Amino acid sequence: MQTLKNAAIGSTVRVVKLHGEGAVKRRIMDMGITKGVDIYVRKVAPLGDPVEVMVRGYELSLRKADAGMIEVE
Amino acid sequence: MSIKIALAGNPNTGKTTLFNALTGTSQYVGNWPGVTVEKKGGTLKGHRDVEIMDLPGVYSLSPYTLEEVVARNYLVTERPDAILNIIDGTNLERNLYLTTQLMELGIPVVAAVNMMDVVRKNGDKLDTKKLSDTLGCPVTEISAIKGEGVMEAAEKAVEAAGKAAVPPPHRFNGTVEHALAHIEELVLHNLPETQQRWYAVKLFERDEKVIQQLALAPDKIAHIEGDIKACEDELDDDAESIITAERYNWIGSIIGKCCRRRSQGKLTVSDKIDQIVTNRILALPIFVIVMGLVYAISMGGWAISIGTAATDWANDVLFGEWVPGLFDTILGAAGIAEESWLYGLIQDGIVAGVGAVLGFVPQMLVLFLLLCILEDVGYMARIAFIMDRIFRRFGLSGKSFIPMLVATGCGVPGIMASRTIEQDRDRKMTIMTTGFMPCGAKMPIVGLFAGALFGGSWLVATSAYFIGIAAVIISGVMLKKFKMFAGEPAPFVMELPAYHVPNPSNVLRGTWERGWSFIKRAGTVILLSSIVLWFLQGYGFVDGVFGAVEDNNDSILAAIGNAAAWIFYPLGWKGDMAWKATVASVTGLIAKENVVDTFGVLYHYAGDIDLIEDSTPLWSMVAADFSAITAYSFMIFNLLCAPCFAAMGAIKREMNNTKWTLGAIGYMCGFAYAAAMVVYQIGGLITGEAAFSVFTVIAFALLLGLIYLVFRPYRESTASRLNERSVARA
Repeated sequence: MQTLKNAAIGSTVRVVKLHGEGAVKRRIMDMGITKGVDIYVRKVAPLGDPVEVMVRGYELSLRKADAGMIEVE
Repeated sequence: MSIKIALAGNPNTGKTTLFNALTGTSQYVGNWPGVTVEKKGGTLKGHRDVEIMDLPGVYSLSPYTLEEVVARNYLVTERPDAILNIIDGTNLERNLYLTTQLMELGIPVVAAVNMMDVVRKNGDKLDTKKLSDTLGCPVTEISAIKGEGVMEAAEKAVEAAGKAAVPPPHRFNGTVEHALAHIEELVLHNLPETQQRWYAVKLFERDEKVIQQLALAPDKIAHIEGDIKACEDELDDDAESIITAERYNWIGSIIGKCCRRRSQGKLTVSDKIDQIVTNRILALPIFVIVMGLVYAISMGGWAISIGTAATDWANDVLFGEWVPGLFDTILGAAGIAEESWLYGLIQDGIVAGVGAVLGFVPQMLVLFLLLCILEDVGYMARIAFIMDRIFRRFGLSGKSFIPMLVATGCGVPGIMASRTIEQDRDRKMTIMTTGFMPCGAKMPIVGLFAGALFGGSWLVATSAYFIGIAAVIISGVMLKKFKMFAGEPAPFVMELPAYHVPNPSNVLRGTWERGWSFIKRAGTVILLSSIVLWFLQGYGFVDGVFGAVEDNNDSILAAIGNAAAWIFYPLGWKGDMAWKATVASVTGLIAKENVVDTFGVLYHYAGDIDLIEDSTPLWSMVAADFSAITAYSFMIFNLLCAPCFAAMGAIKREMNNTKWTLGAIGYMCGFAYAAAMVVYQIGGLITGEAAFSVFTVIAFALLLGLIYLVFRPYRESTASRLNERSVARA
């Protein structure tokens, strides 16, 4: 499964499905990461985590553990 | 009749700035999401009958975070007359997501698009007229920071308060609408029509809090469940995802009509700064330099160290000469002799005690000022971004770095700085472990023993830092595996706000607010404890008669120390030093500076104890009583045990919960006790100083237990439940 966690820096990916449940999933969706949205992977923190992405015109940083729940293509 | 207007919006959109502009109060504002955790009220300037309520910033009205629950409970149960929805014009899509939810509440909404100046500067075009037509509610342009359009926005909200709410502009997919209509008909028909939609959507999302609130019959819940299930099957997704996705899709469909972004794809100044500041290679060096400068200016010992210089002046001149001199004059004029108890109480008790603490204020103000500048500029969020990886391993978050750094100066502002951490678990963990850091006041303890028993070895001083940091790390790793911590969700999603030039009034306000709450505490907790300590060490029974004592060894404090000394027997505090060490530890609870002073008093050492340099007579007295191992055991206990009263006060305030406060203090004391015991018993066994006893067994058991707790297997929980306790508190 291709997830946001292993998407290359500088690439743009499209969300296919969100895994997980409850508060974490809802929070990710509330931030605008929903099915079908394009995400631009901007950069990764100096120590490799978290990642910074551009979604719906703003910048968001999220941990790789959470990014691993976002299936992309 | 008064009109109530709620200010609602995403975090970091300028809500608090707008609130201050509208009410004329001075709430603290940060360029940091989540500054407002509680709701605050105020009166609209020039309209005494209009009350403005500043709600915490939320992204959504979901039931999952404390802020969201506070905000939505207010909106749903108090039902303000109108909602002024503040929207960040540079981040329209995500902000409108909340708007779509607010409009379903059946309360008139006025949208105020903030940061229009930035939008224009970026060359973006935003048609608020069209946006207003699409949303069906009034939309105004404001710049909260410059005060542009803010009163007009408020007046529009007042006007809207008199009218009926407009129906929400956006419809869901036909299947969903069908299910919603069903739900309304089945269980909501006796609610006012305007409120039905919000409840219907929440029931569709299976919002447990709403299900509880409405107290639905099981058969009705089953019926609704059937409708939801059918919908989910048809759309091949779960209900919450369907609703969220549909909202965003609708926003996506209208945004193109109202807004044209020229800046899309182009790098803003903020982006360019970020390319360097959060660069993979440069980020850490830059971070070290920035933090080094903050530390050097506020706490270091160099020419640029304004904070240290100011505090030295406050301690030596202001509270060393001027204030005592002033009181001397006043007391002299009032005819109170130097020998009287009142003179002693005021000068030795209150002035000396409170002065010792207030002396830190200048240093803290410098530190707070620098941190407020970093926060206002937007660098704090980047620090969290850079440091998160390291801190997460210990159950903390990137945002725990600042509290820890500040605590190397003083634990009180360190604990207070933990307030910016939104995740409940991370915040509690940070509060609990910040006190382990070796603060400035603990350094004399290290100095005394390093000098007296270790030949002034720098290794001992360095080890004090390592012990503190190790205690933080071990506690973090250990505690995060416990259920009360692990059960709470910690999705770390964070916005990186755009950099901006710091606003002086904002920075000064933030500095003052933090400094003032420290000063207030000095006036209450510390004042009281100074008086109590003065009394305990100055009075006692001599030959069965109670009165002021010449010799401190006859004081009540010494009696308490003697009575409690057995507690520390397993730590190797025995013989002549036992009660002295105990009393010193107790006075250390009032302020860590007291530990060395107390030794001075108890050993009848007359001269000034000037920390490390030239206290050789005291050193030899201490060296006669302590061995290397007992000295180390004493040092460890005092470095790690419950911090001073001021810090305990800070813990209580930030935890806002008696059980957690006691738990945190108890944990620190227990950890310190265990660590000191392990060092003495096992270290003593090796050197032959401590004979094998039952305590040796206990020490080994503690050590093994600790190792087990640190290394036991653990899986970061992703299934998240909201901490019911923290919600009940809201």
